Amino acid sequence: MLQIRKLNFAYGDLQVLWDVDLEVKQGEIVTVVGANGAGKSTILRNVSRLVRPASGSITFEGHELSHVPSHKVVEMGIVQVPEARRIFPEMTVTENLRMGSFVKATRKDRERNMERVFSLFPRLAERKSQLGGTMSGGEQQMLAIGRGLMGNPRVMLLDEPSLGLSPLLVRNIFEIIKEINRQGTTILLVEQNVYQSLRISHRAYVLETGRVVLSGPGAELLDNAHVKKAFLGI
Amino acid sequence: MTVFLQSVISGILVGGIYALIGIGLTIIFGVMRVINFAHGDLLMLGMYTTWLVFSRLGIDPFVSVVITGPVLFLWGAFLQKTFINRVLNALPQNQILLTIGLGLIMSNSIMLMFTSDYRILTTTYSSSSFSLGGISISEPLLVGFLITAAITGALYWFLLRTDTGQAIRATAQDRDAAQLMGINVQAMSVLAFGIGSALAGVAGALISPTYYIFPQVGSTFTLKAFVIVVLGGMGSVIGATLGGLIIGVTESLSAVYIASGLKELVVFVLFLGLLLFKPSGLLGKTRA
Ligand SMILES: Nc1ncnc2c1ncn2[C@@H]1O[C@H](COP(=O)(O)OP(=O)(O)OP(=O)(O)O)[C@@H](O)[C@H]1O
Ligand SMILES: [Mg+2]
Repeated sequence: MLQIRKLNFAYGDLQVLWDVDLEVKQGEIVTVVGANGAGKSTILRNVSRLVRPASGSITFEGHELSHVPSHKVVEMGIVQVPEARRIFPEMTVTENLRMGSFVKATRKDRERNMERVFSLFPRLAERKSQLGGTMSGGEQQMLAIGRGLMGNPRVMLLDEPSLGLSPLLVRNIFEIIKEINRQGTTILLVEQNVYQSLRISHRAYVLETGRVVLSGPGAELLDNAHVKKAFLGI
Repeated sequence: MTVFLQSVISGILVGGIYALIGIGLTIIFGVMRVINFAHGDLLMLGMYTTWLVFSRLGIDPFVSVVITGPVLFLWGAFLQKTFINRVLNALPQNQILLTIGLGLIMSNSIMLMFTSDYRILTTTYSSSSFSLGGISISEPLLVGFLITAAITGALYWFLLRTDTGQAIRATAQDRDAAQLMGINVQAMSVLAFGIGSALAGVAGALISPTYYIFPQVGSTFTLKAFVIVVLGGMGSVIGATLGGLIIGVTESLSAVYIASGLKELVVFVLFLGLLLFKPSGLLGKTRA
């Protein structure tokens, strides 16, 4: 469904991604794990076309994305929930969710999607008119995921959704990601919470300083000696 | 008491138009983080457009708003697409130079075409007023204010209730996140600059029955717009609305109670005083 081949990317002179190959198949949860600064967010920013790669190709269902502007990528069904949530701070919960369905084709499903978001995150339903900027980190994360769902994503790109959440909320968020996937959305997840994310993933990639060093089924990687040593402290 | 009320009311009437100028500047700043130093020159173009359609076609200045607004919208959209868009990621000083340059080109082109003569647009109602409970209200200012109020109301509705208006606000609050919603932020920038120019142009049309029209008239308004926007909080539409009214009333009160020649000075003292205590402006957010 989503295919990344030989992706190279640099911020100025600093090369951040080296020949990254990555594939996400329909219906999967695929995770990229890696330490701070490994280049995880940069991969997602390339897919969403917020930045332009130096070389390599990214295709979605056979369509090359290299000449597609970022708003068209969203129209194709690739929806990113960015790092640090990036909620619109001076918009209410409802307005934030409405922005999630800005794309014309998704507006007709607005009411239904909003109901779906409120049933996944009852907390948001209680705070419809609260300003996004005044919400807690956990609530903002729920809102960010909810806002992403409003756009009828075919593939959802999630950048460290567990960052800064309490352990209880972390478990909760991963359950919800699994549920979203079960309801039919393909997921490309980027995480530092290696244990939780590999547990729910069909397949995963390990990224080290911009290079994919390992890949395989999530459960297999959880057992891998290198992963255990580098990320799980075992 | 009557004198006080009188000057507060004239202040509010003028302040409404100031608000329109400020709102335009603040929307442009909010969406693009560019301070438009050509803002007063756009207002000047609005004045000349109004003067032209009045003197050549006999169209009333208040009616001509429906021409001035769209003309300035298209002009602003064009400026954004061809010039401003190229400097969005440039250093602030380069952006400032560009907008100042565009302003100079506009005022000098107008001077070339129409000379630097002062023009007066005399309508039958230019100096007419009516009395309400002992307070005299200028008719052109009142009509101007009512049109301003209607436009401001429509603009608020647009920004708060429509998808496109919300997308403009979203772009102002977080450009990257807006892109991730499928919002074409380039298009929103063009729209924002168009709206900002249209508001400046409309303000120009509304004041043309009561102000002198000349090519350099813009600079005072650029400065005024800047004060209004900073006072209200950069990027805040409500702040600019309040800021415009406050400046209008302050000018009017100080003209009556201090000296008419000192009204601008009083505005600046008030302005600096407020910034001393609240650097982010009345409704501004302190940004990291
Ligand atoms: N705008 C930028 N300009 C220059 N360098 C950048 C920029 N953004 C990121 N980098 C650098 O690129 C590298 C990869 O960053 P990236 O954000 O992709 O890492 P990450 O894996 O997402 O890390 P984290 O887990 O901390 O979010 C880092 O070394 C970072 O310092
Ligand atoms: Mg990151």
